[in-house]
Amino acid sequence: MRRTSPFNIVAVALGLAFLYLPIAILVIYSFNASRLVTVWGGWSLAWYRELSHDDAMLAAASISLRVAALSASAATVLGTCAAVVLTRYGSFRGRVLFSSMVYAPLVMPEVITGLSLLLLFVAVNVDRGFWTIVVAHTTLTMCFVTVIVQARLIGFDRSLEEAAMDLGCPPLKTFLTITLPLIFPAIAAGWMLAFSLSLDDLVIASFTTGPGATTLPIRIYSEVRLGVKPEINAICTLFVAVVAAATIAASLLTKRGAVERERAAFAAHV
Amino acid sequence: MSAGTKQGWGTRAVLLLPYLWLIAFFLAPFVIVLKISLSQTAIAQPPYVPVLDLAAGWQGIEDFFGRLTAEGYRLIASDPIYVLSYLKSLQVAAIATAILLVAGYPIAYGIARSPRGLQPLLVMLVVLPFWTSFLIRVYAWINILQRDGLLNDVLLALHIVRAPVSWLSSDTAIYIGVVYSYLPFMVLPLYATLEKMDESLLEAAADLGCTRTRAFWLVTLPLSLPGVAAGVLLCFIPIVGEFVIPDLLGGSQTLMIGQTLWTEFFSNRDWPVASAIAVVLLALLLVPIVIYQRLQTRQLEGLR
Repeated sequence: MRRTSPFNIVAVALGLAFLYLPIAILVIYSFNASRLVTVWGGWSLAWYRELSHDDAMLAAASISLRVAALSASAATVLGTCAAVVLTRYGSFRGRVLFSSMVYAPLVMPEVITGLSLLLLFVAVNVDRGFWTIVVAHTTLTMCFVTVIVQARLIGFDRSLEEAAMDLGCPPLKTFLTITLPLIFPAIAAGWMLAFSLSLDDLVIASFTTGPGATTLPIRIYSEVRLGVKPEINAICTLFVAVVAAATIAASLLTKRGAVERERAAFAAHV
Repeated sequence: MSAGTKQGWGTRAVLLLPYLWLIAFFLAPFVIVLKISLSQTAIAQPPYVPVLDLAAGWQGIEDFFGRLTAEGYRLIASDPIYVLSYLKSLQVAAIATAILLVAGYPIAYGIARSPRGLQPLLVMLVVLPFWTSFLIRVYAWINILQRDGLLNDVLLALHIVRAPVSWLSSDTAIYIGVVYSYLPFMVLPLYATLEKMDESLLEAAADLGCTRTRAFWLVTLPLSLPGVAAGVLLCFIPIVGEFVIPDLLGGSQTLMIGQTLWTEFFSNRDWPVASAIAVVLLALLLVPIVIYQRLQTRQLEGLR
């Protein structure tokens, strides 16, 4: 019964071509010697050289990387806790509110999340900048971590934990020695997803930023609004290369974990 | 089980840490948005009145509630700019989601019917673009769609069009950008349900004289409806509030509501109206969001 029909092959091939062609074009044109984006002037690294002298862009990249590392780490701790609560705590008072708050940010339009966080920061009168972006990104990305870790917690055999506890192992020790190693691929994947979501975010960062905290997407966005520039193609190519390398490395390291992560990355439906 | 019954401090901390964080940074902000949507613009810092003055005691609280107004909402309801913005957003989201479903289903189906060993690779290939920047993927389309861009070059070379077409700043460009950006969100949930489907059901249908096409409509499609629902909601809800795609690819005729909110906030500095727009948008999306949460809870927690 299982046979691959031509229709299926064509559908998948067209779908993948649609997904990859624009990125491929972007990458190729970042090596274009001509300043005109549409004229091919031969291969060149000129835009990468120019990029290495663009201090504002490099400063923005450094801020973005620091925000992403900090918020992803905080989100991983909070998100893992939330996943443990949702899978292991049974019912408790306020559970419905809790799970609503965990799942809502996954689909909440970013303009709403961004605006509401900004108004909070104004209301409590904190100076906006680096740390407010970190808090905002932590709030957004922890929910993605929760869903990934939760999928993993549901998937594995509970009897290992129960056996350890029957043998007198205290809950905390059971968690650290049995559960944590088993869910570690999911936690690592959650951190990576949180990191790349934070690195990518424009809308929430624009609302919650302050003087001196221009992230890479904010910087790229203000350049892009002025038109296409080969230099932007270059930085985008670097970005894509880093992300692709990290994703492929991670999936080679934990082949099984990778498939699960990719499914879970989309809020693990079913 | 043990973790729930044994109320040690550690157990409680695991619960309270994410709980309090979400209340402080997700729930409380919405209450503030609601409050400011009932305020009035002012040339002040912060740019709205009234400000709750707790130092004035009970009198301060009374003053505060006495001065709340629905002015922002009245403006939204009376000015067609806002109404048209909401309608445009819902229209773009509905049409784009329909296109996504029609385009994503064959891809998901194709992957689910491909050899088992190949499936993880194909899934990874579909997801990989999602890990690269959203902004970059939208930007990539500007390269292609602009007046002297590649699409026009190809169409001119093939003599399909005679003069360059201005693709950018149009609804077509918005649809292309949205479908491109959200395709993985549609394919993945569909694949997840299709992949789990029991193929012996199709064999049974075939044995009973059902053609392949009929079997698809009578067996495969109904069984994949949970995936369809998840994919549709996962695309529709965020697209309604989308800002980056219409801002970079769309025109300036009718703005989507995310852009209107952005303009009110950043250009007009009218925080009460921006807040009122957010509250109404949230109200519009409340039903789909609740349905999505139900699905999510059932799928992630009902598996046990």
